[in-house]
Amino acid sequence: MSAFLRAEWTKARTLAGTFWLLAGAVAATLPLSVAVAAGQNCPPSGCATDPAKLSLTGLYLGQTVVAVLGVLAISGEYAADMNIVTFAAMPKRARVLGAKAAVLAALVLPAAVVSVLASLVFGAAMLPGRGFTPSHGFVSLSLGSATMLRVAVGSMLYLALIGLLSLGIATVVRDAAVAIGLVLALLFVFPILVAFIHNAPLQRHLEQIAPMLAGMAVQETVNVASQPLGPWAGLGVLALWAAGALLLGCFVLVRRDA
Amino acid sequence: MISLLRSEWAKFRSVRGWMIGIILAPLVTIGFGALTGSASQCGYMYPGPDGQMISGPCTAPKGPGGELVQDQFYFVHQTLTGSGSITVRMTGLTSSDLQPWAKSGIIIKAYAVPGSAYAAMMLTGAHGARFEWNYVDDVAGLPGSAPRWLRLTRTGDAVTGYDSADGAHWTEVGTGTLAGLPSSVQVGMFAATPGVRQTVRAGDAAVNATGTFGNVSLTGNVRGGWKGTTVSPPPGPPPAQDGGPSTGFQQTATGFTVTGIGDIAPDLPGTGGGLSTPISRTLDGTFAGLIVVIVLGAIYITAEYRRGMIRTTFAATPARGRVVVAKAVVLGAVTFVAAAIGCALAIPIASHELRAGGNVITPLSTVTYLRVAAGTALVFAGAAILGLALGALFRRGVAAVTTGIVVVVVPYFLAVASPGLPTTLSDWLMRVFPAAALAVQQTVPVYPQVSDTYQAFEGFFPLTALAGFAVLTAWAAGALWLATWQLKRADA
Repeated sequence: MSAFLRAEWTKARTLAGTFWLLAGAVAATLPLSVAVAAGQNCPPSGCATDPAKLSLTGLYLGQTVVAVLGVLAISGEYAADMNIVTFAAMPKRARVLGAKAAVLAALVLPAAVVSVLASLVFGAAMLPGRGFTPSHGFVSLSLGSATMLRVAVGSMLYLALIGLLSLGIATVVRDAAVAIGLVLALLFVFPILVAFIHNAPLQRHLEQIAPMLAGMAVQETVNVASQPLGPWAGLGVLALWAAGALLLGCFVLVRRDA
Repeated sequence: MISLLRSEWAKFRSVRGWMIGIILAPLVTIGFGALTGSASQCGYMYPGPDGQMISGPCTAPKGPGGELVQDQFYFVHQTLTGSGSITVRMTGLTSSDLQPWAKSGIIIKAYAVPGSAYAAMMLTGAHGARFEWNYVDDVAGLPGSAPRWLRLTRTGDAVTGYDSADGAHWTEVGTGTLAGLPSSVQVGMFAATPGVRQTVRAGDAAVNATGTFGNVSLTGNVRGGWKGTTVSPPPGPPPAQDGGPSTGFQQTATGFTVTGIGDIAPDLPGTGGGLSTPISRTLDGTFAGLIVVIVLGAIYITAEYRRGMIRTTFAATPARGRVVVAKAVVLGAVTFVAAAIGCALAIPIASHELRAGGNVITPLSTVTYLRVAAGTALVFAGAAILGLALGALFRRGVAAVTTGIVVVVVPYFLAVASPGLPTTLSDWLMRVFPAAALAVQQTVPVYPQVSDTYQAFEGFFPLTALAGFAVLTAWAAGALWLATWQLKRADA
């Protein structure tokens, strides 16, 4: 397996785009997170928003770059017909995909750590001055607390899982443009529908199965018990989506002509 | 150019995946619209004859202009036949939580029935004296608060409002013509107040407002004596014993106090008492469809790069800019036709589903229906061309599709579905990004006399349809221009 990993690592590392995409994920996340935190004003009468989620609003945008990275991890090879070489050298295709997934996660996580931590630090610096204080019933936004640690680690894993989900879908669909379209539709269409449906039980079900909404449950710090899903269960749903996409990709990859 | 268009059309229709895409876009638009429509329910529970609770559909009365209105207030009235007038001195407007558009004053109304024609002079919580008639029209009178003298005179169909600070010097505020006003009308005093906004999407808490009246005088043929009526569409305000605020009137030695809840105003989506569903809700699926056409637009050109076909294309037509323009024309036309059919079907299908769920939909004339359907189809065409231009610019499908979706769909997602986004930011997003063009789906205007959040979520857009479409066009044309400029400089 180490040979597979080394091969995939070499490919990922030597592509000029990889570094820029990782930097792009951070650059896409931070300004939005900061702009949203700076624009908050929670009056003394209270507000219904979650300061942890607010601090991480930029992830909505940052995840699109991670999704691109996930798609390119496999479809880049198809576009350049590199896959023929890869599979000739390493006929165990499932292992190739496994190595790709591991390398992708290893690449995304550092970018996720930077994006998430920086967003949370900005949030912690700005939001308490805008009414989100423990005296109003909000959690302390300092990273020391168990809740915020869960939010931080969970959000980093969230980004990695989005990368894996994209890799899985792109393995099934091969065409990079269609794959990224599918990934982004899967992520963004559910929440838009949930916003529009005036039907509480159905909304709740959609929030439980939609990959973005379920995965972001890991960021909840307000009324956690009454959310459609617990924080880790939510991230688990996203993990199931990613695992399902990768398994389907694996199945298709092994069966299909290169 | 004709032969160029013909060859680009031949390419488009001969690729099976593209034809599937162009059929898929309207289908997902219809499908998601029907889905959210059929899943959305509006209704209330009321006790039936045998005490069982029955659910009824939401209702909103229609005003004289055909628009949906809110018409809920407490009315102390007598019958006036022919010409006449009412004059009062308002000594106060109070509420446990005085809303800017809390209102109390005098009113002449065709019937004590929701939705009937009226004209009223009133004091408001924060907007001074106003003359309002037939729900949508509003003229400012004296600024400031009580005490104020108010007068309404009725001659035929015309009702004129006056106000005065001292009861001696009167100013005419406005005249409303109430077409078809019956000879006998209801004249009297009223009070109403919108609820208190709690959170953006959690509805309002009901409060009441009380107007205090002195020096009440009537002229003309008035009979019947003072009678109190709660004017309200079903199911009516929650009774006081169930925790609702109290309503009613008292006659005192010096005059009257009238206490009411509700509002007399256009029914707007997003207001607490507003029940209507905007037409834009029937096109909830637009975003799924837009993603499809952005992908389609991008691969319409990036596929040529990937297969090396582009070199043949440019060898046959060395004017590369014209090739891209021909592609844009073909793609735009095909997308427009497919999307127009899709939207024309999605509106009635989703409307039907919404009505079946008890929802009240903003009335839609044929002209508006065509405008919304054709306008949304233009948005599809613009998004497809933007996808194409980004494809020509980046030559990579992934980059083009991602940029297209991030620019078109993500700002709208942030504005409607991201909790806690500052309203200034969401407003700005809907002005700068191509989704501004969805203003073409807005059929209800903004009324200054109604406190509302007026968010994209409720079908309100900061720009007009034309300005919004100009934003989309600027994005598409800008990307197209950059793409042709780069095509001329770079190797194919």
